[in-house]
Amino acid sequence: MSNAQGHIVSVKGLKKTYDSVEAVKGIDFSVSKDELFGLIGPDGAGKTTIFRILTTLMFPTEGSANIMDLNVVSDYKKIRNHLGYMPQRFSLYQDLTVEENLEFFARIFGTTIEENYSLIKDIYVQIEPFKTRKAGKLSGGMKQKLALSCALIHSPEILILDEPTTGVDAVSRKEFWEMLIRLKEKGITILVSTPYMDEANLCGRVALIQNGEIMSIDTPQKIIENFGRKLWAIKSDNIYQLIQDLKTDNRIHTVFPFGEYLHITVKPGYDDLKGLAPELNRMGHSGVKIQEIEANIEDCFMELMQ
Amino acid sequence: MIKSTENIIEVKDLVKKFGDFVANDHLTFEVKKGEIFGFLGANGAGKTTAIKILSGLSYPTSGEVNVAGYDVYKEREKVKKNIGYMSQKFSLYEDLTVKENIRFYGGIYGLSNKYIKEKTESLLDRLKMRDIQNSLISSLPLGWKQKIAFSVAIFHSPKIVFLDEPTGGVDPITRRDFWEMIYEASHEGITVFVTTHYMDEAEYCGRVSIMDRGSIEGLGTPVELKGQFNAQNMDEVFLKIAR
Repeated sequence: MSNAQGHIVSVKGLKKTYDSVEAVKGIDFSVSKDELFGLIGPDGAGKTTIFRILTTLMFPTEGSANIMDLNVVSDYKKIRNHLGYMPQRFSLYQDLTVEENLEFFARIFGTTIEENYSLIKDIYVQIEPFKTRKAGKLSGGMKQKLALSCALIHSPEILILDEPTTGVDAVSRKEFWEMLIRLKEKGITILVSTPYMDEANLCGRVALIQNGEIMSIDTPQKIIENFGRKLWAIKSDNIYQLIQDLKTDNRIHTVFPFGEYLHITVKPGYDDLKGLAPELNRMGHSGVKIQEIEANIEDCFMELMQ
Repeated sequence: MIKSTENIIEVKDLVKKFGDFVANDHLTFEVKKGEIFGFLGANGAGKTTAIKILSGLSYPTSGEVNVAGYDVYKEREKVKKNIGYMSQKFSLYEDLTVKENIRFYGGIYGLSNKYIKEKTESLLDRLKMRDIQNSLISSLPLGWKQKIAFSVAIFHSPKIVFLDEPTGGVDPITRRDFWEMIYEASHEGITVFVTTHYMDEAEYCGRVSIMDRGSIEGLGTPVELKGQFNAQNMDEVFLKIAR
């Protein structure tokens, strides 16, 4: 059910305009079967708009999008049977119980919980003890598991998840990604969006997206290899002063806080930073540490934004 | 950052119960003046409950809590006057302009018109937002809103500012601009009490506490915590505590 290139999702020249705002500015990408594909970018980048078009909830202004060779405009009804969608805001019925929600979604798609239970079993067993509880009374992590179960209950080929881990603590995020990776291994193609840059590393391929445009699209490793600059981590005992001093140093290209260190890049011709630590010491800094490091996805994202 | 020995927040054996449920189970910690203090924990660990008590919005069940020199049982209004608060969910009025929002908050804190006027001018210059002073908040990008929200939260020069997940969803460059504003506030002596789900941001903090199921399970500098829990980064520390 994929096209000649083996793509299960293909998007060409996709544009979406709301009044005067161009939310998506003519993007192209494709996803192959069994991929775990990430749309990585901040709020307002256009991630939700793209997903709403792919899930046939909204028409594009221009361009085309196909899912399994079905067009999102002309074949929207057929497409819906192949897709599971977990929107960003909790989409379940708060005043129905856990079990009632799941039954509801199964019935809408003309199936039963029993028929596809094996697919959701790993996830659903964790909330099954609470199956008579109203969905509105569940904790954030449990709501998320229920929403995922409901998105999967009709056994879709493609799962689309819009920021499933936003506002979720680090433990629940990790558990959620483990669930996604297991679903991918079961042969489900997954498109997921996130504003957390570190989650890019868990995807097979990612699109880095900002202001309605894709800045880069590749495997996380390739994106890092293409960073194209030397990068250093530097710290001193007075990190606030260090930021001020480096920002006014005309050899320095960028200075960004990164945990307990600052990440810095330099302008062309200043690649040798051996003299920097002694200079900073002379300026009154103490505890200066500097080392060259490999970029991470967030460094790459910021470099592409410049 | 100012190294201070003066405690601006003192919490001893703080307990908060809702019926049988113990949301805060004997919390004890101090925060120093000018410190950037990270307050972390899983969803439902009891962070919001504690912040509500520290900001004078709710009473403890038992324990001693002193904020900015005031007792949270007896001097709640004084506590409120001496703190600022900003959350990702609510901070500015979308249908008011930038200038109107500043004016509104200044008025709420009882600042004089003259003071509000002067400080608004210097703030607009500092934020480089003079051109948009009469724009509605709703028309601005998220990152700008958050910078304005933070500036408004410290407009009345509070001793402490509480930031509840201030940077969610913001692009990485804006997130860093935001942290530079936090460093600056701390440099000027304002204590910053911040919650976040970005574990790398925990490493920006001077000290961090990590809550799990109502109790503080980790408390120290990021370097100390990484050593104590034998972890490479704060993400690992968090997972070891909360999993």
